[in-house]
Amino acid sequence: MSKYSFTLNGAAVTVDAPGDMALLWVLRDKLGLTGPKYGCGINVCKACTCLLNGKAITACSTKISAVAGKKVTTIEGLANGDTLHPVQQAWLDLDVPQCGFCQCGQIMAAVDLLARTHNKPTDADIDAIENVCRCATYGRIRNAIKLAATKMP
Amino acid sequence: MNDPKDLPMEALNEGGDEQNFSLQRRKLLTYALSSPVLTIVAGFGVNLAIPATASATPIALSPPDTVDYYDVGDSLVQFSAPTMPLVKLSVGTDGKVTLEMPRLEQGQGIATALAMMIAEEMDVPLSDVIVHSADAQPDLMYNQLTGGSSSVRCFDPVLPVMAASARARLVAYAAQQWLLSPSDLRVEAGVVIAPDGRSATYGSLTIGAATLPLPSAQPKDPSQYKIIGAFTRRLDARDIVTGRKKFTLDQPVANAMPTMWRMPSQIRGTVVSVNNTATVKAMPGVIDVIVVPPGGNIVPRQVGVAVMAETFGQAWDAARALDITWGDGSNAGQTNASIFAALRAANPPLLAPPLGALTIDGEFTFAPATHCPMEVECAIVDVRADSAEIWAGLQTPIVALQATAADLGLPESAVTAHVIPSGGAFGRRLFWDPVQVAAYVSKATGRICKLMYHRSDDIRQTRLRPPQVHNVRATILLGSVVSYEQHIAAVRLDARHGYGEKGTATTGAFPEGMPQAFGNMNYEQFFFKTMVSSPYNYGTSTKLLTPVTLDWNTVSYRSVHIQPARTVEEIITDEIAQAMHIDPVAFRLQYLRLPRARAVLEQVATAGQWGKAMPAGFAQGVGVHMESRAFTACIVELDATDPAHCKVTRATIAIDVGKPINPSGIEQQCHGGLAEAIALVLNAGLHIQNGEAIEASYHHYHWPRMKDFPKNVQVIIMPNVGDPIAGMGEPGMSAPSGAIANAYARATGIKPRNFPLNAQDPITDAPPPGQLPPPGTLA
Repeated sequence: MSKYSFTLNGAAVTVDAPGDMALLWVLRDKLGLTGPKYGCGINVCKACTCLLNGKAITACSTKISAVAGKKVTTIEGLANGDTLHPVQQAWLDLDVPQCGFCQCGQIMAAVDLLARTHNKPTDADIDAIENVCRCATYGRIRNAIKLAATKMP
Repeated sequence: MNDPKDLPMEALNEGGDEQNFSLQRRKLLTYALSSPVLTIVAGFGVNLAIPATASATPIALSPPDTVDYYDVGDSLVQFSAPTMPLVKLSVGTDGKVTLEMPRLEQGQGIATALAMMIAEEMDVPLSDVIVHSADAQPDLMYNQLTGGSSSVRCFDPVLPVMAASARARLVAYAAQQWLLSPSDLRVEAGVVIAPDGRSATYGSLTIGAATLPLPSAQPKDPSQYKIIGAFTRRLDARDIVTGRKKFTLDQPVANAMPTMWRMPSQIRGTVVSVNNTATVKAMPGVIDVIVVPPGGNIVPRQVGVAVMAETFGQAWDAARALDITWGDGSNAGQTNASIFAALRAANPPLLAPPLGALTIDGEFTFAPATHCPMEVECAIVDVRADSAEIWAGLQTPIVALQATAADLGLPESAVTAHVIPSGGAFGRRLFWDPVQVAAYVSKATGRICKLMYHRSDDIRQTRLRPPQVHNVRATILLGSVVSYEQHIAAVRLDARHGYGEKGTATTGAFPEGMPQAFGNMNYEQFFFKTMVSSPYNYGTSTKLLTPVTLDWNTVSYRSVHIQPARTVEEIITDEIAQAMHIDPVAFRLQYLRLPRARAVLEQVATAGQWGKAMPAGFAQGVGVHMESRAFTACIVELDATDPAHCKVTRATIAIDVGKPINPSGIEQQCHGGLAEAIALVLNAGLHIQNGEAIEASYHHYHWPRMKDFPKNVQVIIMPNVGDPIAGMGEPGMSAPSGAIANAYARATGIKPRNFPLNAQDPITDAPPPGQLPPPGTLA
């Protein structure tokens, strides 16, 4: 066990954990943040997508030792108080979710995509998102990403 | 409301001592309906078959089939009716209206649809309506099963009456206070308003209203609807997009200890020995290692070796480190090919055609499929000496509670089961397998067990959609289809959940321990006959199911028998039309039995531009379907330029659900049905090798991703013209399935026969059977 310090949703945190423990279990089991979900544990389904220094990563496949000193943003840290991030708001406006289990990861992947494409995502860019949605909200996700792109500050 | 346990929790919490209790119990207007049975039958029988009346060619009319008169949804509506008076709808002093819904919200949108009914009838904002799943309530009997696309159908004849009556009671109490007639008052947004301007909120009236006798109130006429039929956002959408929605493993149950487990190397395999228990117990964070043996009431408990630890990360590491010797299961050596051979041999022969007839024949295979809900199998169970508490996504919580009580040797009254919204289910959570295991581990460790399956085991070791072989013959005589015969052999479907409580479940499991009990066979045949029908006039039309006793773990799946059966019939329909040199849409318009089926087909033919010129390698395809009182049609466009990797590029879907409640939810279910069709027809099927699936996650099992879902999807919802309400969870699958298969045939010239159709990449990176993959990125 070692101590690892990082910034989580804007606040400094320190955890005691084995260095090879996945960030997902640090977030869920040690810090009590349950937005990032377990879906596969091997970087395939992407339900645990978070941002590390602003870029999308899967928390199931990122060791805590690789997070030390960096900034982690989870779904819980995306809104500004009661003001939702434009991606979250677009999700509400188009009523995207069904069961909701994958949606935290979907939203974080979309935030990352908008940043990477400077808010001009093409359909091919959106097609490259690999997050699995078993309910098949894909059509509405595509439209919500495009809507959010027009609302980004 | 005579019993303290009937009070909503918040009332009890506010209640405090005994003295205050009689006041507290009147604090909320809790409404129970007196006699829903009279209203429940309204609409039943209205939707009878009307054979095609006018036709240019002589067509051999098929008599209406069972499903035209009575379908599985009707049986669920009827079985639910007697205990509807026990369903609780209450108005709090804060004005919030709460429904304790005896169903599981699994993403299908039923909580939102029911909330809309309440808001509509009570004139309250949707934001003041709370719908949560009721705990398992054994006195509800058959009225706590989520399945058969029946939830909204069950509540549509009942809930509006309950809500309208609650509103009438609140208005009556205000009228009494103001010495006015109830007819003088109106309600706006949960506030009762008098002509002279006096007003009172529901919250201020609820205690007094609870003392009034039950009024009889009529629900609104549909012409007055403001909420029902309008696009409405999910109740829990904001919680979802902010990460606040709590699934089973997110529940804040103090001291619930993370537990993972290893399952055998074959379905129904055994644990022979664990060879390094002491080493694994000494690993960091590990609390205990528990061998889960066979056992279990109603259905057999899954076996394996569980590891409880401080975190799931440590539990996973420890589970991987276990050295276990596994024993063979009941299907050692089996493969897809050997299963198909057994099924093929079980199908009775088709009738010999009459002399001079033209026949269209086909044999079809459907690979086993996995439900693969995003939320893996999981449960939290806390077993104490004299009680137990369960948290899980349960489609049948009553029988889950009853079976768990029996497993633990506790009285049923000592077990509580909380029904937690699940991350998808699709039929999988009709059984309570993870609850059985977690209960065993909790009892063995004396701790609260928070059990999570690994995704690999969730696919390989849990329940499957049964693989199937279909043999079909359509006979054409003198230019008309005179018979259609479809023989379906499928691995037997486990239906031992019955109607969700132990009476029917025990019947289904009789005689105890038999893998294909007689009771189960009866249920399976009943479900088949009340779900699967034909929309066409094909003269003598039969579909015969032969369940085959192979000892697999199976369970229902969205449209479990219907999607394969109807996909096959839609393919054969195209082949008949081709043999008769008639356009597939024109042929269907001629042979469809019911006007509502023709109407949805005409909609998609126009909106989907049927017959437009397509580039080489592309084709359109059409499918029509009826299920659960809904009628659907679909036209797809398929890119088959690489016939081994086809892709749907456009879909136009029309659906007639009789009475649409939430168009947003209906469109979502159609999207889900389309994705199921893309998966099951083109991309997703399990490969059984030596008694277990190879597939270990979504990179092997090809559930559609963003790139696989067409960019151009249009869903047309037919208007409410007074037809009975239909189910919605399942009817959206089969028309797209037929359309995709038919587009494949038209684009490639290859007859679609073995599903999934697309080439499957060889799987080279799967963890060995009985093992879990290492955490992190696959190499």
